Amino acid sequence: MTAGSARTSASAERLRQWAPLLVLAGLCVLIGFFNTNFYSFGNLVRLLNSAAIPIVLCMGATFIILMGSIDLSVEGVVALCAVIASLLVANDVNQVAIGLAAVPVALALGGAMGFANGWLHIKLKTPSFMTTLGMGFVGLGIATAILAGLTVRISDQTFRYLSLGRVFGIPMAVWIALASFIVAYVIQERTRFGRWIYAIGTDEVTARQAGIPIERTRILAFTLAGVFAGMAGVLAAAQFGQGCALIANGRLFTTVAAIVVGGTALSGGVGSVVNSVIGVLIVVVLANGMVLMGIQPYVQQGVQGLLIIAAVALALDRSRLAVVK
Amino acid sequence: MTAPVLEVRAISKSFPGVKALDNVSFEIRKGEVVGLIGENGAGKSTLLKILNGVYQADEGAILIDGQQVTVDSPRHAFDSGIAMVFQEQSVLNTLTVAENIFLGREQEFVRFGLISRRAMNAAARKELAKVHLDTDPATPCARLTFAQRQMVEIAKALSLDTRIDKHITILLDEPTSVLESREVDLLFSIVRDLRDRASVVFISHRLEEVLELCDRIYVMRDGKIVAETPAKGTTVKELHTHMVGRQLHHEYYRESRQAKPGDTVVLEAKGLARHGAFSDVSFALRKGEVLGVAGVIGSGREDLARCLAGHLSPDAGTLSLKGKPVRLRGPGDAVSNGIGLVPAERKVEGLVGPFSVSENMTLPALSRFAPSGVIRFAEENETARGWIKRLNIKTPSTETMVGSLSGGNQQKVVLAKWRVAGVDVLILDHPTRGIDVGAKEDVYELIRDMTADGLAIVLLGDTLDEVIGVSSRILVMRDGKVQAQFDAPAAAKPTQVEIVGHMV
Repeated sequence: MTAGSARTSASAERLRQWAPLLVLAGLCVLIGFFNTNFYSFGNLVRLLNSAAIPIVLCMGATFIILMGSIDLSVEGVVALCAVIASLLVANDVNQVAIGLAAVPVALALGGAMGFANGWLHIKLKTPSFMTTLGMGFVGLGIATAILAGLTVRISDQTFRYLSLGRVFGIPMAVWIALASFIVAYVIQERTRFGRWIYAIGTDEVTARQAGIPIERTRILAFTLAGVFAGMAGVLAAAQFGQGCALIANGRLFTTVAAIVVGGTALSGGVGSVVNSVIGVLIVVVLANGMVLMGIQPYVQQGVQGLLIIAAVALALDRSRLAVVK
Repeated sequence: MTAPVLEVRAISKSFPGVKALDNVSFEIRKGEVVGLIGENGAGKSTLLKILNGVYQADEGAILIDGQQVTVDSPRHAFDSGIAMVFQEQSVLNTLTVAENIFLGREQEFVRFGLISRRAMNAAARKELAKVHLDTDPATPCARLTFAQRQMVEIAKALSLDTRIDKHITILLDEPTSVLESREVDLLFSIVRDLRDRASVVFISHRLEEVLELCDRIYVMRDGKIVAETPAKGTTVKELHTHMVGRQLHHEYYRESRQAKPGDTVVLEAKGLARHGAFSDVSFALRKGEVLGVAGVIGSGREDLARCLAGHLSPDAGTLSLKGKPVRLRGPGDAVSNGIGLVPAERKVEGLVGPFSVSENMTLPALSRFAPSGVIRFAEENETARGWIKRLNIKTPSTETMVGSLSGGNQQKVVLAKWRVAGVDVLILDHPTRGIDVGAKEDVYELIRDMTADGLAIVLLGDTLDEVIGVSSRILVMRDGKVQAQFDAPAAAKPTQVEIVGHMV
């Protein structure tokens, strides 16, 4: 490598780092131009509220993608945790009503499913892609079977407060998302586990030679992603006041889209939970903007799909990429 | 004589189908620099990997300070006072310099479960000072040059020195193959400074370096130690003889077979330039000629080679093939114009590992073997067999996966591939990197065969010696510009000193 190309790649790198933020700012300006309601306090709160669950989901999923793996079980875990949580609080199906104690149960269930993802992926040496895809269907299957396709209605108002309650005018779900982000950020920046995730995602062989416990780290990362997904399930149940297998529909796409749009590389090693928050905001702002502009829902989906492809195309460092698979 | 700090007793190690180490005994004394040489596949890397805990020996023992120990992981080796600098760089580009140095050993900087960046960076700064690398420890390694990353790698190994209270042994597996001479000098002075605190095992293919740096030298061949000799009073020639088990060909680069270049100009560059890499490069490559390009990392010669092979496109200047100007829009374009590239990263760019020998050989010219779209296997195999015989490729069959061959034989498959494709110009980017002495000589022989057949070759040599020995003309580059051109007929080769002056 010559000094010259090192310089150009450094400035290109800087541009790539800031690109997601620039896109977000650009979108805000553009949408605000078409519809001034975009900047109203009500709309901003609505935006943050719709960003809350995806942010919680992305916090765990980012670690998985940073390792170069993928977690496709998101919808199954969210659905099952939401259903179980809704069955544990006051509801119209059974007599159980353990109130907020349902939250740690749901988180533990999510963690257990994540642990199963990681354990199977490591012990059976199956690609995370297939393992988590299977686990996702297992979760959806159980969630559907438990309720035989019905929907549980939640009557526990304290539980619903987890999403709908307001502090300083901002929904509780947003505060929980903020707390999730802080937890994830500290894990990423300040713990050995966080370092090791980057090391594994960059080069697993080297990481192993450095004495990093690869298996334990991987399993822990999947478990952590499961816990975050469990939290997302709780928030979903609290927000809609119900539990059903369909509650998680479309969450996987939003999660992966947001992480990728935020600039975390699917190949692992590059990215951050900060990027993922920006990614979620881009996806949510875009969706919100399209609603404000009166664009049809199906067109909106198409636009989101194009956005992902554009983001991946933008994020790749082509100078080092000779082969595309 | 001091007692050995590290001793290997009668170690054997087998892999399926090959006995990699056969009853190897070996010792390192306090403050000693021990050289370990041998052809590729002689067992050096296996021995080092056993010392470093990556592999376990089938038989035999490792003793540290006279005590028998089991080293079952790199981590364990590290805690026992053995650190290794790997041949393939193990620096992680996404982490910072400090994070790399202390990777896997973050524990000592953890307070209440959180890593203290400040403490880690401060400790890293001390380690960097040891290798005279003036870099902020918070810099991501991706921003460093290749040689700087190698220094980080070495700093990582040296950090053991302050971490544990034992005499340490540092294993250097070919650390100089990617360094330029100034950096090699620096590394050597670091190693010499280390002597009162550490012992060093040094593996290198450059025997001059081994003689210069080491006190004692072990020579390995076919998994055994075949010679042990003090460096003083030994010559490169003797070492060669031990390594290959026969007298070294006195004409290492086959100079007498150097073809007299023809008059036909095959490839001509005029004012070729690529922004940030090189500018105003002109030359005319004639039939049967080997044009050597000399230059240090950053001279622009790698990018020049990639432009000639269509992997990069130049911003300015013209390239003509047999008098006709061409624009290469990609490697495929180059191949159909008769230009092939033998890349330095053989495994990544030169070969398809899970493909067989014959499939690799016919890859660029596949349509010739499949005129109707269906591959004629008989014809394909026939061709492959012919080249295997002609190039003396050691492979069990044409169907063997190319990934399982030795480095030298893989390189021959790459060369055969371009011969099958019938190229007129071949660009050789470090064609002998990481292959053993015997196989290198085979490659030189093949280069002579090719020029005799009228091919024109552009060579980016592994060493300056190689560039001088093999080329008929030499282009010296520095900072992206051609500094000088030398004619190098077999009888009147320019000296290294003459050329180095233009390189740095």
